[in-house]
Amino acid sequence: MSNAVLASDRPGSAPITQERGQRAVFCGLTSIIWLHRKIQDAFFLVVGSRTCAHLIQSAAGVMIFAEPRFATAVLQDRDLAGLADANEELDRVAAQVIARRPEIKTVFLVSSCPSEVIKLDLANAAQRLGEKYDGRVRFIDYSGSGIETTFTQGEDSCLESLAAKLPADDSGEPALMVAGSLPDIVEDQFARLFEQLGIGPVHFFPARSSTAMPPVGPNTRLLLAQPFLGNATRALEKRGAKLLKAPYPYGAEGTTAWLRAAADAFGVAPGHFEQVTAAPRARAERALEAPRERLTGKRITFLPDSQMELPLARFLQRECGMELGEIGTPFFDQQTMAAELPLLPEGVRITEGQDLDPQLDRVRAARPDLTVCGLGIANPLESEGLRTKWSIELVFTPVHGYDQAGDLAGLFTRPLARQDMLEV
Amino acid sequence: MELTFWTYEGPPHVGAIRIANSMRGVHLLLHSPQGDTYADLLFTMIERDRKRPPVTYTTFQARDLGSDTAELVTGTLQSTVDRFRPSVLLVGDSCTAELIQDQPGTLATGAGLDVPIIPLEMLAYSRKENWGAAETFYSLVRGLLNRQAPEPGWTRPARPQGQRPKVNLLGPTSLGFRCRDDIIEVQKLLESVGVVAPLGASPQDLLRIPEADANICLYPEVADTTCAWLQRTFKQPTISTVPIGVGATRDFLQELAETLGLTECEVTADAVCRLPWYSRSVDSTYLTGKRVFIFADATHALAAARMAREELGFEVVGLGTYSREQARAVRKAAKDYGLEALITDNYLEVEKAVAELQPELVLGTQMERHIAKKLGIGCAVISTPAHVQDYPARYSPQMGFEGANVIFDTWVHPLVMGLEEHLLTMFRDDFEFNDDKVPSHLAAVGGTSHRPAEAPAAEGADDAALRWEADAEKELKKIPFFVRGKARRNTEKYAMERGVAAINVETLYEAKAHFSR
Ligand code: SF4
Ligand code: SF4
Repeated sequence: MSNAVLASDRPGSAPITQERGQRAVFCGLTSIIWLHRKIQDAFFLVVGSRTCAHLIQSAAGVMIFAEPRFATAVLQDRDLAGLADANEELDRVAAQVIARRPEIKTVFLVSSCPSEVIKLDLANAAQRLGEKYDGRVRFIDYSGSGIETTFTQGEDSCLESLAAKLPADDSGEPALMVAGSLPDIVEDQFARLFEQLGIGPVHFFPARSSTAMPPVGPNTRLLLAQPFLGNATRALEKRGAKLLKAPYPYGAEGTTAWLRAAADAFGVAPGHFEQVTAAPRARAERALEAPRERLTGKRITFLPDSQMELPLARFLQRECGMELGEIGTPFFDQQTMAAELPLLPEGVRITEGQDLDPQLDRVRAARPDLTVCGLGIANPLESEGLRTKWSIELVFTPVHGYDQAGDLAGLFTRPLARQDMLEV
Repeated sequence: MELTFWTYEGPPHVGAIRIANSMRGVHLLLHSPQGDTYADLLFTMIERDRKRPPVTYTTFQARDLGSDTAELVTGTLQSTVDRFRPSVLLVGDSCTAELIQDQPGTLATGAGLDVPIIPLEMLAYSRKENWGAAETFYSLVRGLLNRQAPEPGWTRPARPQGQRPKVNLLGPTSLGFRCRDDIIEVQKLLESVGVVAPLGASPQDLLRIPEADANICLYPEVADTTCAWLQRTFKQPTISTVPIGVGATRDFLQELAETLGLTECEVTADAVCRLPWYSRSVDSTYLTGKRVFIFADATHALAAARMAREELGFEVVGLGTYSREQARAVRKAAKDYGLEALITDNYLEVEKAVAELQPELVLGTQMERHIAKKLGIGCAVISTPAHVQDYPARYSPQMGFEGANVIFDTWVHPLVMGLEEHLLTMFRDDFEFNDDKVPSHLAAVGGTSHRPAEAPAAEGADDAALRWEADAEKELKKIPFFVRGKARRNTEKYAMERGVAAINVETLYEAKAHFSR
C-alpha cells in the first residue's frame, strides 16, 4: 500500500510514515467499557449489529458482574427492509432501557458502522427523545463506529459531543479543566495536588455524574490527561477553552511537566511548585529505580492501538532507559502531540496507520525485547518467542501521575521478569 | 431493533472464522471495518491459539465509502493470495459490508485468481454465529465436492466383504466446547476413521469425505446441513446420536453398528467408565433429586438433561437453549421432563428463570456461570460461549466414556457434599462452621464473598398479603443456605395456595411436609 511521507516538523528526525492497509484495532465502541464505569448515571445504548454487541463483551474480556449500563439495539432484517420505523423502534428500545434503569439520567445514543451506513440520524433521535423525556433523561449522540473511530477515539467522540452541551462559564474567573477519563483514585490524587498548588476551581471532564458536567468558557484552561482527545479539544476550544501545551502525566518527569503547565497558567510561584511536588516526585523516582534496572537497554516496539504510544515511548525511553524501535500509532494529531514530539529521541521511527502483515514482519525481523500490541496479536507473537504487553491494560489500569509511575513501569517489567523466571 | 445486553452467539461471520481457523490451508477474506478485527482475540486469547486466525480484514473506513470500497476488496484479494497462498479462499461480508453491497464473493470469483474461491453469504441481520459456522462448512464441502457428485438416482454399492467400515467425524470446530478432546475420545470408540472435519482438516481431506460409509454428526449445530447434503448426494447415512453420557455413548455405538451392519459391539461402559459405579456408590446418595437447571446450546443441553436424570439421579427443573435452529428437539425433550423449554437468547430471561426456580446446580454457559455466581448457586459450564478457563490444559473430553467420567467430576464438584450437608445442619450455630462459609473445597474460589444476599423471594411473594412472622423468619435462617431459597419459595407457595396471610413456624413445617419427597 502507499507509504506517503509527511514533511517533518522535527529537524533532523525521521519523518512520520503513513501506512494504509489492514488494521488490527478495536473500534470506538470499546471505550464504552471504561466510560460507563466513569459516568455512573449514564447508559450507553449502541445502535448497531450483533457484531457491535459481541465486540464490547469480548473486548471487556469478562462479563461485568453487575448489570451493565450499556446495551446494543441490534438492527434486524425488518429494520433494514424499512418494515420497521426506525424512530418508533428507537423509542421502544429507549423506553425499555429507562424502565429497567429508572435511575439513569443520561442516555448516550452511540452510532456504529451499520447505523451510519444506513444513515440513521441519531442526532435527530436524541433531540426527539430528549424532548419526550423532558427534564428526566437527557439523550446525547456520538459515533463509536469503526469507520470513524479507533478504540480510544470513542472517548474523544463522546467528549466532543458532550463539549457542545456543557454549561457556559462566563464568570471570568480562570478555571482548570482536566480532560480525559481517569480512574477515580488518580483523579483524587490530582485534585489534592492542584489544591496544594492553590489552583482552582478544577473540573474533571467527564465528571462522575452526567448531570454535573463542568462548565466551559473563555476562562477555561484545558489540560489533557489523555492523549487521544484531539476532536474533543477542538470542540472545547470552540467554546473558548485554551489548551495548555504539556506532555502527558506518565512518570515523574511527565507528571511534573504536566502539573507545571497548569501551575504556570495559574501563576503559581516556582518555589511553591517545587515545595508541593518535591515529595511525590521523589517518591515516583524511587519507585522507578527497580523497574529501570530491568528495562534499561531493552528494546520496545509499539503497534498502533490507543494513541498513548508516543507519550508512553517517551516515558519508557527517558525515565526507564529503554531503546525505542518502531512506534506505531493509529492516528497522529499534531496539536495534542505538540509537547511530546520534541521529547522523543532523534531518528525514532513513527508510523501512523497500519498495514498489519508487513508491520508484523518488521517486528519479527527486529525482534524487540517487548512489543506493545492488541489482545489479538499478543499470543501469536509470544508463541514466536517475543515478549508482549497488551495495550488494553494500559487503558484500564491506573497509570497516570506520580503514585502510579512505578505501577506503569511495572506493566512493562512483568513480561520480562516472567521470561526470566520460567524454566519451561 | 432488539435490545441486547449480552449475547450468547457472535455474528455469523465469526462462525465463518471458526471454520477457517479450524482448518489447514483455508484463508478467509472478510470485507469489514477495523473494529471487527476483535474476533482475533476470541481465538488467541480464549482458545490460546498460537497463531492469528487465517483472516484478512479489508478494514474499510468512512473515507473509503466515498471512493471505492470494491477496489479495496480487489487489492486485498491479490495481496492476500500472494502472502498466504491458501488452497482455498473463503470470501465474505461482515454486517456493515453486507449493507454496502460490494459483493466481494462475486468480485473474487471474477478476479482470475489461481485459487478456488468459495463465496459466503452471511445474513448478518437475521442469523448468528453457529448458523454462520454451519453455512460456511456446508459451502466449503459442497463447493469442493459438487464436481464429484454422482448422478441422481445413484446408489452406494455395498461395502466389499471383509473391508473395514470407515466413518467421518463432522462438526468439531475451533472455539467449540472441548472439541479438541472429544475427537480423540470418539476416535477411541471407532475402528477406523475417515475424515475428521473441519477441525484439523485440509481442503484435500474434505475431498475424501465421500469415501467413508457414514458420517457422524458430532455437533449438529455445525454439521447438520452438511450431513444432510452428503446423505442426499453421496447416499452416506448420518449417525446422529451425540455420544455425551454413558447411555448416549451406548446408543451411539448401537446406531453405528446398525448403520454399518455390524453384528456386535464389544465395548461396554463398565469396562472403561467409572461413572456407573461412582453414581451407585453410597456417597452419591445425596445427589438424589438435586434440582438442576440446564441452559446451553441444544446439543449440550439435551445431553446434560439426559445425563442429569438418568446417570446422576438429579431432578431437571429447567431446560432451555439459545439455539433457535435446534429449538424443536429441546422443546420435545423438555416436555418429556414435564417442563416447558426456555428458548431465548436473552440472558435476562434465563436469569429470571434461575432466580425463580432456585435450583441447587446450574449447568450452562459462561452467562449462566455469572447468573449462578450472582445468586450463589453452584454451576458447571457445559457449552459455549465459554471463557478461557473452560479451555483447560488437561485432557477433558465431554464425549465417550472418559467424557462421562469428566462430567461426573465436574458436576459433583460445585455441590455441597453429603456428609458436609448434614454437618452444616447439625452445627449450624457453630460460628466457624456455618452456612456463611463456602464448601471447604471451594474456599479458594473466593471465600465467602460470593454468598448471595438472601435469595429473592418467588414472584408475587412481595405481595403485602403475605408476611413472615419473626419466629418463622428466624427458623428459616436455621435452614442451610443451599436449601433456604427453596424452603422460602415452597412455604410461600403453600401459604398462598391456602390463603394464609402470616407465615409462622407451623406453616413452615406444614409446607415442608407437603413438599417432602
Ligand atoms: S467496527 Fe463497526 S460494525 Fe464492527 S463492532 Fe465496531 S461499530 Fe460495530
Ligand atoms: S468440601 Fe472439603 S470437607 Fe467438605 S466434603 Fe468436600 S473435601 Fe470434604
